[in-house]
Amino acid sequence: MSVARFWRETPRRYNLGGSKCTMCGTVYFPPRAVCPECTSHRQSIEKMVPYQLSGEGEVISYTIVHDAAEGFEMQVPYALGLVKTPEGPVLTGQIVDIEPETVAIGLKVRATFRKLREEGASGVIHYGYKFTPLDESGILPSARGPAAPAPAKDAPGPERTST
Amino acid sequence: MRDVAVLGVGQTKFGELWDRSFREIGIEAGLQALVDAKLSSQDLGGLFLGNMASGALIDQEHIAPLILDATGLGHRHLPAVRVEGGGASGALALHQGYLAVASGLYDYVVVGGAEKLTDVPDETASRITSSAADHEWEVVFGATLPALWALVARRHMHDFGTTREELARVAVHAHEMGSKNPNAHYRNKLTLAQVMDAGPVAEPLGMLDCAPLSDGAAAVVLGPMELARKHTDTPVRIVASQVACDTMALHHRREITRLESTVVAARRAFDQARRIPSDVQVAEIHDAYTISALVSLEDLGFVDKGRAGPEFATGRFGPGGKTVVNTSGGLKAQGRPFGAVGVAQVVELVRQLRGEAKERQVSGANIGLAQDVGGTGATTVVHILERAN
Repeated sequence: MSVARFWRETPRRYNLGGSKCTMCGTVYFPPRAVCPECTSHRQSIEKMVPYQLSGEGEVISYTIVHDAAEGFEMQVPYALGLVKTPEGPVLTGQIVDIEPETVAIGLKVRATFRKLREEGASGVIHYGYKFTPLDESGILPSARGPAAPAPAKDAPGPERTST
Repeated sequence: MRDVAVLGVGQTKFGELWDRSFREIGIEAGLQALVDAKLSSQDLGGLFLGNMASGALIDQEHIAPLILDATGLGHRHLPAVRVEGGGASGALALHQGYLAVASGLYDYVVVGGAEKLTDVPDETASRITSSAADHEWEVVFGATLPALWALVARRHMHDFGTTREELARVAVHAHEMGSKNPNAHYRNKLTLAQVMDAGPVAEPLGMLDCAPLSDGAAAVVLGPMELARKHTDTPVRIVASQVACDTMALHHRREITRLESTVVAARRAFDQARRIPSDVQVAEIHDAYTISALVSLEDLGFVDKGRAGPEFATGRFGPGGKTVVNTSGGLKAQGRPFGAVGVAQVVELVRQLRGEAKERQVSGANIGLAQDVGGTGATTVVHILERAN
């Protein structure tokens, strides 16, 4: 994948920037140019505004992947989930900092900024969101950073961490 | 619109065809179908070719004229069109061929499907398999096509109580059927324990819940029903050909355990054919993953939502059942050369409806249904066929 192909998606992949239809209020991630929910679909054109997801959500399904996607070979086995956000959109992402076997439907999670994969020959590093348990007691000790401050309640977007 | 009939069928063996090239398998299936239809190539109006990923798999695009030329028809300047719809490419090509004949623009067309997966390493073929999912918002985040179907499986188990064993039964059934098909990639039988103990791919799906990477080609000749008796004593009428699409990513579906594209394509197809699911005696459905077969049985209308696991276990979709599913062995055992699958499904139905399926024959088969799915259900194509008496 070229650098530009990944770079142009960074506002969404790094910051969970979605969109909201000002006609009906439905929120989308990734952002949509037109609202599929509006009965007059065409009238929503240019009525979509940027909308930031909080990054919180709940696991509605999950799998433990053993046969990895390209670039994820070093991470197997890894948990992959569908996360339903309170704003509405469902996102696909890895669930990390937790033993994969303990992931369950209903687990509360929060988006976190991580390295996704490295591209083989070019060495380009792709970053984006993964999900980590909201309840810190579920987080693996090895994944607990030193004295990480709790995020402010109204903090927009996912928490950023160094890895 | 004219009535359209299948006049001839052809198919290569499916499997790891190391000694055969893309063009060789394309020629074999196409010529078999032309011979079977007793069609002079002078009467041929065009070619529609289903293929998902020839560029990524064999570094060759522009393959419709390539196959036309390889079949010896390059100098006739016939129109040749490639059709792509992920794993549903073959049935989508058939839909285009059906429209071409039904419209009256062409009298006879060949619809082919071909894919050559074993000219690249397995890891590359797996990556290309996942390109039928949403690359930017699923695959980049660690998803593969089997992982996405595993997400469907896990939620289906959670919502409806579907069990690991019920999933495994689908693969056991496929191999039982495949053991009777000389063209099948796999002809060995499987036990429940073998399926359930196989190495995990994306839990709860293991290696034997997933269809293999196969080479293969299939072809049919279509023509107007009113000319069908010139070509065959047993024409098979296409009584419905319908396509429905859905959101590209699984995470955008209203319910992840429902293939809405299949629900809609099936409803349109049964309306067009003026039939109901219980009229169907033979069905070729999308068992690329064991879960995809169970969800498909529900969404095609053969069983109530959530009930496919226990109903499948009663044997009602096996030999002697009310609707016998995947007599070819399905994608799981017959094999999964993407673009060839949807055409091969119809080849099997035609053999069944003509009474030429030998050991696999379902007695009294008059109506058949084929369902071909791309990705996690962004595209579904449903065809219903009837023996014309």
